[in-house]
Amino acid sequence: MTMLGDRQQLSYIASQAADARLNLELETEGMTLNIGPQHPATHGTLRIIARLDGEQVVWAEPACGYMHRGYEKLAEVRTFPQVTTLVNRIDWLGSFANEVPFILAAEKLMGIEVPTRAQYIRTILFELSRIANVSLFLGDLGVQLGAITPVFLAFRDREYVLNLIESATGGRFHPNFDRIGGLKDDLPAGWIDETRAVMKKLRSFCDQIEDLLFGNEIFQSRTRGIGVIPRDVALQYGLSGANLRASGVDWDLRRDQSLPMMWNKADWKVWTHPDGDSFARCWIRLQETRESTKIVDQLLGSIPAGPVMAKVPKIIKVPEGEAWVSTENPLGEMGYYVVSRGDLGPFRVKIRSASFNNISITPWLLRGVYVPDIVTILASLYFILGDIDR
Amino acid sequence: MVLNLPSEKVKPLSSTSETATLVVDTAREELLATIKNSLGEAVVDSHLKPGDDLWILVRTDAWQASLKKLRDVHSFDYFCFLSAIDWMPSPYGRGEDDPTEPAPERDTTIRPGYAGGETRIQVFVRVVNSTTHIGLNVKVDVDDTTPVIDSLISVYAGANWHEREAHEMFGIDFAGHSDLRNMYLPVDFEGHPLRKDFPLLARMVKPWPGIVDVEPLPGGDSSDATNDGDAS
Repeated sequence: MTMLGDRQQLSYIASQAADARLNLELETEGMTLNIGPQHPATHGTLRIIARLDGEQVVWAEPACGYMHRGYEKLAEVRTFPQVTTLVNRIDWLGSFANEVPFILAAEKLMGIEVPTRAQYIRTILFELSRIANVSLFLGDLGVQLGAITPVFLAFRDREYVLNLIESATGGRFHPNFDRIGGLKDDLPAGWIDETRAVMKKLRSFCDQIEDLLFGNEIFQSRTRGIGVIPRDVALQYGLSGANLRASGVDWDLRRDQSLPMMWNKADWKVWTHPDGDSFARCWIRLQETRESTKIVDQLLGSIPAGPVMAKVPKIIKVPEGEAWVSTENPLGEMGYYVVSRGDLGPFRVKIRSASFNNISITPWLLRGVYVPDIVTILASLYFILGDIDR
Repeated sequence: MVLNLPSEKVKPLSSTSETATLVVDTAREELLATIKNSLGEAVVDSHLKPGDDLWILVRTDAWQASLKKLRDVHSFDYFCFLSAIDWMPSPYGRGEDDPTEPAPERDTTIRPGYAGGETRIQVFVRVVNSTTHIGLNVKVDVDDTTPVIDSLISVYAGANWHEREAHEMFGIDFAGHSDLRNMYLPVDFEGHPLRKDFPLLARMVKPWPGIVDVEPLPGGDSSDATNDGDAS
């Protein structure tokens, strides 16, 4: 314990209580298990410090900040169109979905109405980034439980989606395609047919994963009844997305709020699960990927003709005001509280990212679980480090 | 004080957005009336954008009690986020000053946002009713010299990390929060980065090149690339 970093030193002090209790009650010596910062289960550099009593966790605390980039401060010295470049890098697996709520907030303040075609394409790209994001989750889930095959399937099939995003936007991971007033460009020729074919492949990928993983006895016994989050706790901690719906809360921002997006033009279902355990969270995500492919398929058929960009001034000044826009991102509710002072850039941007809330429940959730379950629970909560640290 | 200035330069592009501003939002108006009724004196001011969102400003000493009431009586059971805002315009502007010149005079008068307020720093929280899905932004003034405010952990457990973040970024103390360690910054970090008078050091060390750095594309029309400066 001589090589303690500053951060750990404080955590260490906080863990002394747990330690003392252990020694007193059980006359055993506790052990500190350090998971990460580099760990395959962390999608980035999250460190988890856990005090163990044998196989059981008595106290656990994630140490964030290894990837803090200060986007809220940086956004204050940038112009509105420049901010999308930053927010692209928050959840890097579903980047396009990060741009949308910020652009919507700016458009709300400016009172711009986006052409219908642009709204359709935005929604389609939004769902494609969800598919790209969550399909990697489904594959990665297997790896963390010791199954190798699903991740190969996931990387193979995610590539089809990334190719689609690349051919439409020019960027595989960071499209930076959304503009205030519409989109940078129209879809390339032949893109719609290609997307249809890919959606078919993704649906068979979901079937494969369901067969391989969700029907697997080991997977079920590792996830069923593990890491149960009751409904009221989930709401108190502000969990969102699949994590919230897995606790039985029927709430999807795509359905339950009116935004200038086209989700309500498609017929799809919001899945919920009553259990609230790791299995439920994974299962919801699998179903959501399926629903996303359905949404994309239906919207592809009804994209209207027209421009993809509204008329906006060359130098964008956003009128004074405050706006909050959040969307149902792959990881959960992602929102921007944008304050403008009529300037070229935002006065203040509060980025409410899904993973920050989702992971803030871990000290509560990990208490009392067994060591191997730490990985399953973290995997099922599904976070991306850029989305925690911002 | 209501700061909902209409835009002069950008006009809505179709008639629908103009009619949208005329929508009467009965749900939010009724909600605001019942909130004002039950919280009474605690609500200092409010702001309602029909069809969009609702803001209230509560008295500093009634902060925790108001949120508790909002949770229990008005079923705002979903904690979305908590953060703070520094209303003083940055004395550094957007960090684009020439370091060789003296810094230009900047207006740093504090103007509060929606639902008003008197102090430089405000804490705000967003809570949502998980049944009706109507959200509410609750703001509260924080004293400038001793920024202390009650912690919301006893009301919403999820406020823990958000308060830690607001503590390190704005220097606000949350009374009743036992664990205000830094979330992101090193332990010995000095200052509160999201306060407006905290300079963005990256821009101080190396001035922002801005448009001056943009060279015209080879063979391209150079008149496109230059807006208000040239490559000299």
